[in-house]
Amino acid sequence: MKDTTRDTKALERELEEELHSTGYGTYILVWLGLIGLTAITVTVAGLNLGSFALIAALIIATVKSALVVNYFMHIKFDTPIFKIFVTICIIVVLTIFIITFFDYLYREPLI
Amino acid sequence: MANGILATDPNRVSFYEYEGKHKGILSWLLSTDHKRIGLLYLISLLAFFAVGVTLGFLMRLEMISPGPTIMAPNTYNSVFTLHGVIMVFLFILPGLPAIFGNFFLPIQIGARDVAFPRINLLSWYLYLIGGVLAIVSLFTGGGIMDTGWTFYVPYSIRTTSNISLSVFAAFVLGFSSILTAVNFITTAHRMRAPGMTFFRMPLFVWALYSTAWIQLLATPILGITLLLIIAERMLGVGIFDPNLGGDPILYQHMFWIYSHPAVYIMAIPAFGVVSEIIPTFSKKNIFGYTPVAISSLAIAFVGYLVWGHHMFSSGISDISRLIFSLLTFLVAIPTGVKVFNWVATMYKGSITVKTPMLFVLFFIVIFSIGGLTGLVLGAINTDIHVTDTYFVVGHFHYVMFGSMGILLFAGLHYWFPKMFGRMYHEKMAQVSAWIFFVGFNLLYFPMFIMGYLGMPRRYYDYLPEFTTYHVIATVGSWIMITGMIIMFANLIRSLYTGAKATENPWGGTTLEWKIPSPPPLENFREIPVITEGPYEHHFNKEENT
Ligand SMILES: [Cu+2]
Repeated sequence: MKDTTRDTKALERELEEELHSTGYGTYILVWLGLIGLTAITVTVAGLNLGSFALIAALIIATVKSALVVNYFMHIKFDTPIFKIFVTICIIVVLTIFIITFFDYLYREPLI
Repeated sequence: MANGILATDPNRVSFYEYEGKHKGILSWLLSTDHKRIGLLYLISLLAFFAVGVTLGFLMRLEMISPGPTIMAPNTYNSVFTLHGVIMVFLFILPGLPAIFGNFFLPIQIGARDVAFPRINLLSWYLYLIGGVLAIVSLFTGGGIMDTGWTFYVPYSIRTTSNISLSVFAAFVLGFSSILTAVNFITTAHRMRAPGMTFFRMPLFVWALYSTAWIQLLATPILGITLLLIIAERMLGVGIFDPNLGGDPILYQHMFWIYSHPAVYIMAIPAFGVVSEIIPTFSKKNIFGYTPVAISSLAIAFVGYLVWGHHMFSSGISDISRLIFSLLTFLVAIPTGVKVFNWVATMYKGSITVKTPMLFVLFFIVIFSIGGLTGLVLGAINTDIHVTDTYFVVGHFHYVMFGSMGILLFAGLHYWFPKMFGRMYHEKMAQVSAWIFFVGFNLLYFPMFIMGYLGMPRRYYDYLPEFTTYHVIATVGSWIMITGMIIMFANLIRSLYTGAKATENPWGGTTLEWKIPSPPPLENFREIPVITEGPYEHHFNKEENT
């Protein structure tokens, strides 16, 4: 029984620390950042940059998801195992993107 | 629980006799016991399987002669679509993890239940809701789906049949699959008994663990793809529709990014069952435990990178065809690792060919044919010759039915004593297995020849020169179904009249064989401490005591 009480207390302390480390201020900043990035995406899409528009959109999307995953989903403050899990998912998505582009970048134009 | 009444003591009575909060049918429908949920899945999956088999039987009957035989062309389109959708989404995909995974994963790692028992029950309800929605879609809207199980655009956008609801049903089924995956991954990480390190887990658990990762990472892609079909049909967003600037091939990419790994969602658990049965009936430790365990993960990973082999003739770029073809051949390496290790396990073993082992031997034969014909399809030039012919139909029935289906039968016979506490009639089971095996090959092998000669799949009619092959296949379907009827009749009869099963009728070494048959509610009186690998046989000790 003693052990469990100690564990609970440690857990509570951890939770408190976590709450202190990310206050509402950070969340609002991240949110504003996301809105700003969305505005940039829309602007870039209107500029007619050809295939560069796609690269820009993908980079911005990456930054946005990094913000969401790290702050809103708390991965930044989590144990390594969750970071590993998320990294595996990102690697899979990246690989799928790259392989798909072997089709789209090299497809012969229809005459 | 400690009030001394027998039926409420989870350690004294089996999970069937245990009386919890609810009685009668509710004790099943509201149960969070992983074993009861496994059996709920078993019953519901077999029900859908029976429907799928019936549809397949009708299709084969239609094809026994050229021209109309028993149904109209449009009906035929709906029948093969339904057969595919039911078999793939409601039977093979949930398949072995839902039945044997639920029942045996916690037991095999020495746990009392999965990590999230209520989510486990929820996943069964989502499965049922998905199934019911699929059935509702048959009688509402514009009629029964007729696109084939792949829902290819642009036809799935334009057809007037009730695609939106059928697709949504598959979407709901995806959630069931994801929840099961989350549950299994967490269970494998958090619930192992003391001493049960990752490399002491039974290989079936390794298989379930790898499968769960595929389910978790690939199913959302199917979900979004299916939702996009609905969005196209209802809102005309123009992602896939070429008229609106969309790309129909993008649909094929997204569909197969999920559906090729899905092949391994079906096959890897089946490999896991093989790795359980062979050591037990060879009385030998598995040869190369670590490579077999890791090859499950390797297949899961490489399986992500090969989806384009379904699109060789759809107009993707030449360079990506080359890459996909190369990557496809790589899958043969981890699969080969497994097959050679299985065979090496049997080498110099003391083999008894009981029914589960017989099915495993059938599996090795059938799956080898399925795998080798896969090479014909994985190489671009030969693939173009046989694309969309019966060759493909023959190939994936050999692979899918040959792995998941046959190993479901094998697993049912292997774990039947543990799940139900009764033995089945061994002779009868072997006879039915042989009838099934003969029927299976008569049914599907002629498809390779027909396909090679140019018989297209999904066609309602055919030229007279194909008649012989179609007749052989149809007769084969009758024989195969007869085998299955005898098999299930034998199993059902044994539920009532079979001899009581002992704790360990086969001499298995994994944890489920160290608890009573059927298991008590919480599986273990005391959580065991694991000191060795899963397949260590101790003959002298057992024989001398
Ligand atoms: Cu494939």
